[in-house]
Amino acid sequence: GKGRAPPALSARPAQFPGLADVSVPQDIPVEGEITVPVGSPSPDEDFSTLDEPVRDTIMRDLKAVGKKFVHVLYPRKSSALLRDWDLWGPLVLCVSLALMLQGGSADSKDDGGPQFAEVFVIIWFGAVVITLNSKLLGGTISFFQSLCVLGYCVLPLTVAMLLCRLVLLLGSGTGAFVLRLLVVLAMFAWSTLASTAFLADSQPPSRRALAVYPIFLFYFVISWMILTFTPQ
Amino acid sequence: QGGGSAVIDMENMDDTSGSSFEDMGEMHQRMKEEEEEEAEGEAGAGEEEDGEFLGMKGLRGQLGRQMWQVGKRQASRAFSLYANIDILRPYFDVEPVQVRARLLESMIPVKMINFPQKIAGELYGPLMLVFTLVAILLHGMKTSDTIIREGTLMGTAIGTCFGYWLGVSSFMYFLAYLCNAQITMVQMLSLLGYGLFGHCITLFVTYNIHFHSLFYIFWLVVGGLSTLRMVAVLVSRTVGHTQRLILCGTLAALHMLFLLYLHFAYHKVVEGILDTLEGPNMPPFQRVARDIPVVSNAVLNTTAKAIALTL
Repeated sequence: GKGRAPPALSARPAQFPGLADVSVPQDIPVEGEITVPVGSPSPDEDFSTLDEPVRDTIMRDLKAVGKKFVHVLYPRKSSALLRDWDLWGPLVLCVSLALMLQGGSADSKDDGGPQFAEVFVIIWFGAVVITLNSKLLGGTISFFQSLCVLGYCVLPLTVAMLLCRLVLLLGSGTGAFVLRLLVVLAMFAWSTLASTAFLADSQPPSRRALAVYPIFLFYFVISWMILTFTPQ
Repeated sequence: QGGGSAVIDMENMDDTSGSSFEDMGEMHQRMKEEEEEEAEGEAGAGEEEDGEFLGMKGLRGQLGRQMWQVGKRQASRAFSLYANIDILRPYFDVEPVQVRARLLESMIPVKMINFPQKIAGELYGPLMLVFTLVAILLHGMKTSDTIIREGTLMGTAIGTCFGYWLGVSSFMYFLAYLCNAQITMVQMLSLLGYGLFGHCITLFVTYNIHFHSLFYIFWLVVGGLSTLRMVAVLVSRTVGHTQRLILCGTLAALHMLFLLYLHFAYHKVVEGILDTLEGPNMPPFQRVARDIPVVSNAVLNTTAKAIALTL
């Protein structure tokens, strides 16, 4: 509530030596709310990210995404991918894969690759179908966690796409095709194993094969798109 | 069991323990609504004191608010009924051993057609088989060296396979309804889906080994076996000669013709679609795959000559 300043405190300098210099003029009221905070400050205030610089926010998110990439490349049984799911990594991977799968110029009618939208839709639609399937089979994983894992496990195939493009720059004979085939096969196996390592634990043990088969098909179709890509 | 009696009691042959979509959805929704109504009852009592709804006071406000609430409740009921994936859960309740057994059984025609055969109403196997068929089709397009835009190809492949599975199932269910066959929609979907196993095997083999005669043998043997199985199961559930003939003739024709279609006409159909889409100004698409050595040799020769001349 409102209060008025007491008369000048210089009347008692001995008891409050530090206050001897304080003089509040009487004609200016001191206003303000006097409240006593009840209990400890709420825990949210410690994690409030609204006031931090933008660079901190971006670096934190980038580090989280990078950590998940490392988890995919060296799949161990860790719950980091599942616990703090995010869809930034899958989005970046999907967009880069779709861009690399573009054929010649957009205007040419006989470009050797699928359209951007096709790749995008196939990846996300496939991931949604696999997630629904694993939930219907009795899986304990949530919708977005599963999308996160499946999206991050596209990383080996994106690396395969990069390597294929490099190989295609060097030549396009039978030897190059065999090399591309081996690279894509290896990355396909890596992707499938990585996603299985994360997702299989959430299924009842007798039904793991049922949940793994659509993942196998999904990465097979993406590998097929990568292997048969021929730039004009 | 039922072999000796002249009258077959069709009523109790199926165990419909897996309830239909609507029943399960209704139960679920009723339970949720009971919880919601208790919560709403307390909150709503305070609001009605205000008397205003979207600027309308008094009686019109009351009416408006009630209509809004009723509409909202109906919309949320419809949404949670059809968007609730739990209603599909019983159809995915299957073990890998069962799936394998059903896949093998789908190639073995049954002998006993006087006793109604049980069909498992399961959707996991058929769904996976349809996706596998899509993958095999895509693989076949590439090994046949057809240079078509893969984007349209993929959409057409998915559309063809799903269209066949869902469309022919619906059509056969409709015919079964006309011919008084005892089969539900999920069972029909399941039966036809497992019948695609033969198609998958045939196409997988013949897309990698290109002999027309081999394809015909596979078409007759593998396709025929899976068709015979589906036909036998349907016959066992239908009474009357004419009805049996109609149902089985239609299913056999559609199933075998689909396999033929997938093998032969797929490329040409897609090319035809692309031609019509691009209009009459584009030159007709030429399949240059087999002519490439000749063309590239000619191109190489002329290029080499041109370079030699300039040098």
